[in-house]
Amino acid sequence: MQASDRFNINSQLEHLQAKYVGTGHADLNRFEWAVNIQRDSYASYVGHYPMLAYFAVAENESIGRERYNFMQKMLLPCGLPPEREDD
Amino acid sequence: MYLYSITLQKPTGIVCAINGNFSGGKVQEIVVARGKVLDLLRPDDSGKIQTLLSVDVFGAIRSLAQFRLTGSHKDYIVVGSDSGRIVILEYNKEKNVFDKVHQETFGKSGCRRIVPGQYLAIDPKGRAVMIGACEKQKLVYVLNRDTAARLTISSPLEAHKSHTITYSICGVDCGFDNPIFAAIEMDYSEADQDSTGQAAAEAQKHLTFYELDLGLNHVSRKWSEPVDNGANMLVTVPGGGDGPSGVLVCAENFVIYKNQGHPDVRALIPRRLDLPAERGVLIVSAATHKQKSMFFFLLQTEYGDIFKVTLEYGNEGVSELKIKYFDTIPVTSSLCVLKSGFLFAASEFGNHALYQFQAIGDDPDVESSSARMMELETDEGFQPVFFQPRRLKNLLRVDQVQSLMPVMDMKVFNLFEEETPQIFTLCGQGSRSSLRILRPGLGITEMATSPLPGVPNAVWTVKKNVNDEFDAYIVVSFASVTLVLSIGETVEEVSDSGFLDTTPSLAVSLIGDDSLMQVHPSGIRHIREDGRINEWRTPGKRTIVKVGYNRLQVVIALSGGELIYFEVDTTGQLMEVEKHEMPGDVACLDIAPVPEGRQRSRFLAVGSYDNTIRILSLDPDDCMQVLSLQSVFSPPESLLFLEIQASTGGEDGADHPASLFLNAGLQNGVLFRTVVDMVTGQLSDSRSRFLGLRAPKLFSIMVRGRRAMLCLSSRPWLGYIYQGHFLLTPLTCGTLEFAASFSSDQCAEGVVAVAAEALKVFTIERLGETFNETAIPLRYTPRKFVFQPKRKLVVTIESDQRALTAEEREAAQKECFGAGLDENGNIEMENGDEDEDNQLSDEQYGYPKAEKEKWVSCIRVLDPRTEETTCCLELQDNEAAFSICTVNFHDKEYGTLLAVGTAKSLQFFPKRSFEAAYIHIYRFVDGGKLELLHKTQVDGVPLALSQFQGRLLAGIGPVLRLYDLGKKRLLRKCENKLFPNTIITIHTYRDRIYVGDIQESFHYCKYRRDENQLYIFADDVYPRWLTASHHVDFDTVAGADKFGNVYFVRLPQDVSDEVEEDPTGGKIKWEQGKLNGAPNKMEEIVQFHVGDVVSSLQKASLIPGGGECIIYGTVMGSLGAFLPFTSRDDVDFFSHLEMHLRQENPPLCGRDHMAYRSAYFPVKDVIDGDLCEQFPTLPMDMQRKIADELDRTPAEILKKLEEIRNKII
Repeated sequence: MQASDRFNINSQLEHLQAKYVGTGHADLNRFEWAVNIQRDSYASYVGHYPMLAYFAVAENESIGRERYNFMQKMLLPCGLPPEREDD
Repeated sequence: MYLYSITLQKPTGIVCAINGNFSGGKVQEIVVARGKVLDLLRPDDSGKIQTLLSVDVFGAIRSLAQFRLTGSHKDYIVVGSDSGRIVILEYNKEKNVFDKVHQETFGKSGCRRIVPGQYLAIDPKGRAVMIGACEKQKLVYVLNRDTAARLTISSPLEAHKSHTITYSICGVDCGFDNPIFAAIEMDYSEADQDSTGQAAAEAQKHLTFYELDLGLNHVSRKWSEPVDNGANMLVTVPGGGDGPSGVLVCAENFVIYKNQGHPDVRALIPRRLDLPAERGVLIVSAATHKQKSMFFFLLQTEYGDIFKVTLEYGNEGVSELKIKYFDTIPVTSSLCVLKSGFLFAASEFGNHALYQFQAIGDDPDVESSSARMMELETDEGFQPVFFQPRRLKNLLRVDQVQSLMPVMDMKVFNLFEEETPQIFTLCGQGSRSSLRILRPGLGITEMATSPLPGVPNAVWTVKKNVNDEFDAYIVVSFASVTLVLSIGETVEEVSDSGFLDTTPSLAVSLIGDDSLMQVHPSGIRHIREDGRINEWRTPGKRTIVKVGYNRLQVVIALSGGELIYFEVDTTGQLMEVEKHEMPGDVACLDIAPVPEGRQRSRFLAVGSYDNTIRILSLDPDDCMQVLSLQSVFSPPESLLFLEIQASTGGEDGADHPASLFLNAGLQNGVLFRTVVDMVTGQLSDSRSRFLGLRAPKLFSIMVRGRRAMLCLSSRPWLGYIYQGHFLLTPLTCGTLEFAASFSSDQCAEGVVAVAAEALKVFTIERLGETFNETAIPLRYTPRKFVFQPKRKLVVTIESDQRALTAEEREAAQKECFGAGLDENGNIEMENGDEDEDNQLSDEQYGYPKAEKEKWVSCIRVLDPRTEETTCCLELQDNEAAFSICTVNFHDKEYGTLLAVGTAKSLQFFPKRSFEAAYIHIYRFVDGGKLELLHKTQVDGVPLALSQFQGRLLAGIGPVLRLYDLGKKRLLRKCENKLFPNTIITIHTYRDRIYVGDIQESFHYCKYRRDENQLYIFADDVYPRWLTASHHVDFDTVAGADKFGNVYFVRLPQDVSDEVEEDPTGGKIKWEQGKLNGAPNKMEEIVQFHVGDVVSSLQKASLIPGGGECIIYGTVMGSLGAFLPFTSRDDVDFFSHLEMHLRQENPPLCGRDHMAYRSAYFPVKDVIDGDLCEQFPTLPMDMQRKIADELDRTPAEILKKLEEIRNKII
């Protein structure tokens, strides 16, 4: 009974992680978490046009350029990942 | 506290725009998304943009696309928004609404990373639509027709790819083969794992084709190929029989033609000569023009230059891609090429424009680049092609649509000492900046003003025949004479009109079918078409004092109070029908116009000096019987019946039955409106509104073919129906004495009016607008401004990053013009004879971009009355101004001084850094000049300045510091360093200081003079990213955050009392602190999601005697207001109305209204007036249903809505 429950929760979690990008897990490290937050933020900036305009005014760039910059930053939002400790 | 939120000026910026035949005719329309508003625009025959429909959708529209089913003549609109749904709309021409055809849910709401809505692509044959997210998800819906020819939509087909960022999608034109969609994608999964950075460096964008197999009902990745890593946009290339198919990939510096199984054809985008080498050129918007025989693309760069791209192609594919400089217009978010030869340019910032094509850039020019040219130069890298922007050659601007975007700062102040305060807004960015002075009301366009010999009393216009289109005469009455002007090519005085010119007139009108009537104090003159004149004379020595008339009926009031009623009989004779004695003198009269197909109008309204208005019957059965009586507060001065025709939607927007209103202008300046029962003549449902200091005189005029009311009080007002609402709006022109509608060859629908000794002809423009603006251009992006009320001056600070100083620009321009003339001297010779013509206007072309360390800035003193800049100080050496305030230091001789906070070489990335920061102190000297007293270096960027108890408070980074004025510099008096991030706003009241932190909301401080100490005694619990704030009362402040929320926080009463009563001022407690913050916490009392970044807040009253409300301005260029409710009943009523509307009238784009208004925090104690105001646009039965639930009638609800709006503006 207990075993099947655990199995259920795990499989549910896996399902969630597969379906929703950014769903956390127990071994999430600081870098992965930050990358996720940053990508979410950039996607939100690009999605909210007034916000893009707000940044564009501050940086004196066109809104189109600002959108491009944010999309480009989604590749490595927090710089290079840290080296993995071999386990 | 409960607030009523209302948008005063809908957003004026444009997120995206599409064009098509949405109404199904030959006419092309433009649909624009303005964030939360969807508009349908149409350029009329004269090239003016008219707004046909504007709908608040309560959601953020992110993308739009149009499609057409094969064989159909009407385009549908697909909307990608933050609702997690795809919505297909159809414009219903008859009802003038958008009908929601389909709404399919696919994900969570909100602008999320993996929920589609950001991108939309359409199969060019209208068979499928793809909706994509920034990452991973793409869904394809198949569109089809059912047997009844209705549009059907399939369930979604997934084209997902995880760990993949999408940059752009578009449809590929492949005729009637299976639909294909193209996408620019990048896989980041390896880059996230590889700590050496190699994978990231090798990460490559790919162009991927997704094929929708209509037979298998399945989407597959068909083809994927690496593409330039700077790629950002895709443009469909016509295919099938019209072109080579495939896509244009716009990348930084390149345009590349790509197709499956086809080698790349790439060409460089030409560069401006003055562009720094490290900057790329990015395409930000594109439009395709397609005719039967040819097609071309217009691509606009981030600097505003438009390039025309053409392809040379044959059977073996595309052989050449040519890019040619076309013209330069301000940077757009969308371009729409209309079939009628117009280009609609939806500007990113500032006014939008409509251009007409003069040419399509066919003549050979050197400023072009092509794929062949690139092949030649591949050895030594790409040799860029340079060009110099020139004046418009192919485009001609025909119209502008005002846009306030972005409102940088806003203040409400009655600087001009007018009846109502003006709204001063700082708008625009860079070279397109302006200070705009907004006044509530409609603008007028004066067509002509001519002086008159003497002071006129009245003016009328008459036609000679009922069927005439235009007026024949303008008749002006003076104290003892009447002047008749005939309208033709010119307007000139005539004497053969038959009118008696030796007497003043009381009324002049067309009567019967073709005869004229002049009523003068001693009689009525009836001029028949053949020139015969009949005179009716008043009995005895009595004179006519008032007259009421329509085309078939005339009622005169003689001195003493006798009414005589005339009718036009079948032979065209004016016959006396009835007499009636009124109890006293008559103050005013009016007869409703004759209803269509009837013999006479049934009602006569008579206003008397005993403060009553009577409705008398004119029916033969009960002629001159009093039907009803209404007493009013003050004697009526003028009466007007205004019939509102029945409507079932259409241009005027809403369902409503016909109704008749009696309007009365009372002597105390109030306009009194009441509904007249069309059968019994009973009066009910009265409403009144104060218009001005003089008794309003009412006139009927025509506005867009409908009867409207002009009320002339101390300023003129126009009452008209617009999209289902009755609007009463002031006109922004001086006082008028008398007016009449005017129609002639040159001016189809105008107004002729007399004012002082002049005759004015004007038209009323842009109906439906709330504000009329006066714009004063500025040099750089305006940041903040202050008033100098004593001298009536405005001081602005303007700063721009990445810009060259004025001298550098001038030098650069000189250099370029030498070169520009050599290259295409002929063209310059032809068009421009003077040197000045060669100067490109910065407003159109923008400033050249410089390196990011460069800053330019100026401090400007403006006299807004003369629109003159009295002083403009350019700051030197990359110094830029960020804060400003006026300050009166105590016991100092200088009077009002100006403090400006500046920073030198400010950088935001990777971390905020600067070389130095200063506070400048200026003195106002005569002639509106500034004189620098001294400059004090400080250790952080001063982003907030404020006067406090005769000293200067400055927020310098995280430090709040109090300065006193010294001889050589400012002297530090006291400081508090405990603020979390950066102080951006400071408000003061008594000994309290309300400090706003950029990231941590508000902190309340206190200054103890005896101990010379500043300390924080309360703060907010939420980390709010503040963008604007305003002090509301002793315990309350209003703030707005970056995410589009407006909120109020208040210190609980008991805490506030405790702090005030405590002899130490809460100091002991302060030392304790709580949760790393202040000992006391504020409570959030109001919370509302506006859906737009609010950049300024202010408490003000926009109308004399109106309640104070909070006015806000936003980045998208809208203005709104929050009005506090004064009674619990109103709160109940409006919250119930809002609740029913949420249920019965869900928002158009599928976002739940409550969820939208609670997007970041649950909405609290704010009722959304924009939703409530959609009530009149509902179908009649729905209106009745809701009204029943509220135990009211629809009319009562309308009245309530009107009343509350009138309290604000």
